Amino acid sequence: MGKILVEERQLVIPGEELAEGIDNLPGEGAFREDDKIYSLKVGLAHLDNRLMKVIPLGGKYLPKEGDVVIGKVVDITMHGWRVDFGWPFFATIMLREGSREFIPNGADLTQYYDFGDYLAFKIIKVNGSKILDGSMKVPGAKKLTNGRLIEVQPTRVPRIIGKQGSMISLIKDATGCFIVVGQNGYVWVSGGEPEKQLLAIRAIKLVEKEAHGEGLTDKISKFLKENS
Amino acid sequence: MNTEIKALAEKGHRVDGRKFDELRKPIKIETGISNKAEGSAKVTWGNTIVLAGIKMNVGTPYPDSQDQGVLITGAELSPMSDPKFLPGPPGPAAIELARVIDRGVRESKMIDMKKLCVREGELVWTVFLDIYPINNDGNLIDAAALAAVAALKSAVFPKLDGDKVLFGEFTKTKIPLNLLPITCTLAKIGSKIVVDPCLEEEKDFDVRLSVAVSEKGDVHAMQKGGMVGLDISEADEMIKLAVKKSAEIRKVLK
Amino acid sequence: MAYTKRFDGRKFDEIRAMDAKVGVIERATGSAMFKMGNTIAYAAVYGPRDLFPSFLQNSTRGIIRCYYDMWSFSVTDRKRPGPTRRSTEISKVSEAALFPALRLGAFPNTTFDIYINIIQADAGTRTAGINAAALALADAGVPMEDLVCSVAVGKVGDKICVDLDKEEEDFEEGATDLPVAIMPRSGKITLLQMDGNMTPKEIKEALTMAKKAMEKVKKVQVKALRDKYKGEDKK
Repeated sequence: MGKILVEERQLVIPGEELAEGIDNLPGEGAFREDDKIYSLKVGLAHLDNRLMKVIPLGGKYLPKEGDVVIGKVVDITMHGWRVDFGWPFFATIMLREGSREFIPNGADLTQYYDFGDYLAFKIIKVNGSKILDGSMKVPGAKKLTNGRLIEVQPTRVPRIIGKQGSMISLIKDATGCFIVVGQNGYVWVSGGEPEKQLLAIRAIKLVEKEAHGEGLTDKISKFLKENS
Repeated sequence: MNTEIKALAEKGHRVDGRKFDELRKPIKIETGISNKAEGSAKVTWGNTIVLAGIKMNVGTPYPDSQDQGVLITGAELSPMSDPKFLPGPPGPAAIELARVIDRGVRESKMIDMKKLCVREGELVWTVFLDIYPINNDGNLIDAAALAAVAALKSAVFPKLDGDKVLFGEFTKTKIPLNLLPITCTLAKIGSKIVVDPCLEEEKDFDVRLSVAVSEKGDVHAMQKGGMVGLDISEADEMIKLAVKKSAEIRKVLK
Repeated sequence: MAYTKRFDGRKFDEIRAMDAKVGVIERATGSAMFKMGNTIAYAAVYGPRDLFPSFLQNSTRGIIRCYYDMWSFSVTDRKRPGPTRRSTEISKVSEAALFPALRLGAFPNTTFDIYINIIQADAGTRTAGINAAALALADAGVPMEDLVCSVAVGKVGDKICVDLDKEEEDFEEGATDLPVAIMPRSGKITLLQMDGNMTPKEIKEALTMAKKAMEKVKKVQVKALRDKYKGEDKK
């Protein structure tokens, strides 16, 4: 037996009842107490098969295996690179995950990625808060150069990317910029003239601000056209 | 990020798209933030938010100014306003902030200190000016200086019963002021001079110059920050720009 | 002496007018403002954050650290800037009031730092602070099993009252102050302090009054959270 007490995408807050009975299971952002499921976060209720989830609307990025994120190289040891991507602990990119090319013993690692370089990399292992391994050997991973980093609310990243990348492609095409959106809310913008870069950044910030609104794609199209 | 802000500047751009001589918008002032304070103000400067409050008491004057009141300015870089500010006693940055604001108020003779005298050599008013940022998005100096002036402008004396202050009971008498100093801060990024540095620009300037200016256009206080040298001609350019922009900031005080 | 009518005309079980806003400090991970009568508290949450020295780290879960401070001009008699014994104690009990509602298992070795600052004080500052902090924690996305609601009850003269203001706290014939915080869903008490003079029976009556008054606090908190994301839920 089970009863869902909220509508799909209903705004819920911590401690709010989502479902009762044993039919459904608590998913991410929810928990079970006795025979009821409650929300742990401020977010939108979402039933995924039998999993009662809450999609959070705020909060910092929590590292997840498989995510492509952007970070800055802050340390280089003989084992590889340590990267700051906004989490209290740095990610480690071991030598063997550093490049699709073979990295010979005793190579100068700064020739690959130097202190202060920005990298788009994939998180391949998360163990507790402190052990985070990354890799540059996957598609989508690259060193980022000649551009700017901006930060957006991580919960807005899906909206900024858009369905099948539609929103970010819209902004890329209109500005001629190269843009990488990290799941951690770090966004890299490069290429194009400074004005175009600024326009791209403004457009991204506008998506972030108006993420919940109707007709967002049209709004952004209009904004890009008006400010070309 | 270092090279990016400088590179943008050399090309004639700022990270937030402002012109080099453009202040952030809006700059707003709200007074009466705390009904317990003799005067208080909240300044919203872009996304930077700073509170200033005035508390008053009576006490003995300083030996070298027996007929004048006392001004004591304090500032805290409140941890709530920036992830980099940690709890603890005021460090060099907080102390500098307090002393720069104090200098602007004091050296311009904003407050008529003689009118703060109750009995020469025995009893004078002490004005406590305290500054607390709520959100740091850059240029705390100018926002805090403006909040301080707005708070002082709205401040009234508490009631005095003989030699004792009746805290919580306010008169309608305002603190006597001579003029209203405005502080304007500029930053030198590479070879370019910009006004009102935002948070990102503060991470990478070569020189910062804060200038306190009166309505007449006289300069009463200056403070250079940053670890790079400055030419006299550059200093002159920055000071002139500060004087010009201070008039624009002053309009918000009404 | 009998306290027959409250100074501000409220009923004995009536809380002062409240107001709250979430997301007021842009740089913070989460933030809120909470107003109870003339008491105004701001709270900011930063985290998860690294913890030094490392022996403070808990390898099984995150921790929280709470810092309460009154700003110098928030009170009639200026408060000298800096921590006091009072603010240190309030920081500690506020931390204990908030912790039971949080689930920090996903954040080992880190801390969520909570800063509570009082801008204007008219009694009940720690309760306003806890109300603001609970909102700031929710705003920061910290997993919470429940909100935390707080109000002070007490005795003014011979009457049990809810949400004493400063005038009542300073009542000539004596007043007892009993700050309480509860998690509304379970009704469990997470803050309980008292100073004054009350019988156990009076305390029970006061706590029952407090629990009922919390419903109003929760309403204000829920509204503030919902208001921030108005329009987010798609139908």
